[in-house]
Amino acid sequence: MSGMFPILATFLAASIEGTEMVAILVGVGATRGWRSTLLGAAAGFAILAGLTFALGTALLNLPIEWLRLAVGALLLILGLQWLKKALLRIARPSARRQAAARSQMALQPESLKKIDWYAFVVAFKGVLLEGLEIAFIVVTFGAETNQVGSAVIGAVTALVVIGGIAFLIRGWLSRIPREWLRFAVGLLLAAFGTFWAAEGALVRWPGGDLALLGLLGVMTATAFAYLALLRHNARLNHKRSLI
Amino acid sequence: MRYIKAFLTFWYDFIVGDDWTIAVSIAVAIAVTFWLDKSKIQAWWLLPAAAILTLGVSLWRAAQAE
Repeated sequence: MSGMFPILATFLAASIEGTEMVAILVGVGATRGWRSTLLGAAAGFAILAGLTFALGTALLNLPIEWLRLAVGALLLILGLQWLKKALLRIARPSARRQAAARSQMALQPESLKKIDWYAFVVAFKGVLLEGLEIAFIVVTFGAETNQVGSAVIGAVTALVVIGGIAFLIRGWLSRIPREWLRFAVGLLLAAFGTFWAAEGALVRWPGGDLALLGLLGVMTATAFAYLALLRHNARLNHKRSLI
Repeated sequence: MRYIKAFLTFWYDFIVGDDWTIAVSIAVAIAVTFWLDKSKIQAWWLLPAAAILTLGVSLWRAAQAE
């Protein structure tokens, strides 16, 4: 039974961080292409493995607040840009939206030679930051219970389970219209970015990690309010153009 | 030289995109959050408010330009 505690504890804690990581990877992969996203994720894992082996428990001394601040700020800025573009496209009159979608589809096939550096960088940063947090969890639980191996098993199991779920839903995601997918990913990036950047600025969120759900809720409601305003504005402009 | 230019161009596009006000607003909001927290003032609300306001202003400017 004593061996089960670090496995269960790290499984649960790593599941939360792993879900955040996989949400970013799946969102970016579905909108920008899987090849570049997976390459970025692989690069992130490689750096993470190198840091973990090289530093061991000294990993806990890394200034993770600075990494949270940098990654969070960049994700927030990117998330707001994607959200803005998605809202402007969704709010357009349907004829113009269909024309834009057709021209986008013509450019769609992900090049086998060129890397989409946006997808690569976002995936890399997401994996590095969340991976470091998972590594912290493993080192902390493992050191406290003197069972690092069990802690590693719990964390790896969590990643495999969440990765498996993500793999199963990726086909379903490809059926969602591209603007709405970009809208959802923009919301995710903006919410995560806000959460991490504020933590990096040493803010303590009320409710801890649960504040992320609150952030997602508020940002989603605001985005739909902005969409309603944009559509109203588009209808007014359309009526004026007919006069 | 070409690779350095491409690297810098990528990061400029990544951070600034087509609206520099988003990046600047968020940078200012983070700086103010940091300062408020150092002054022992609760500042968790500032960055979400800044993000929502920045998005609204950026959308309004884009809609006006169309």
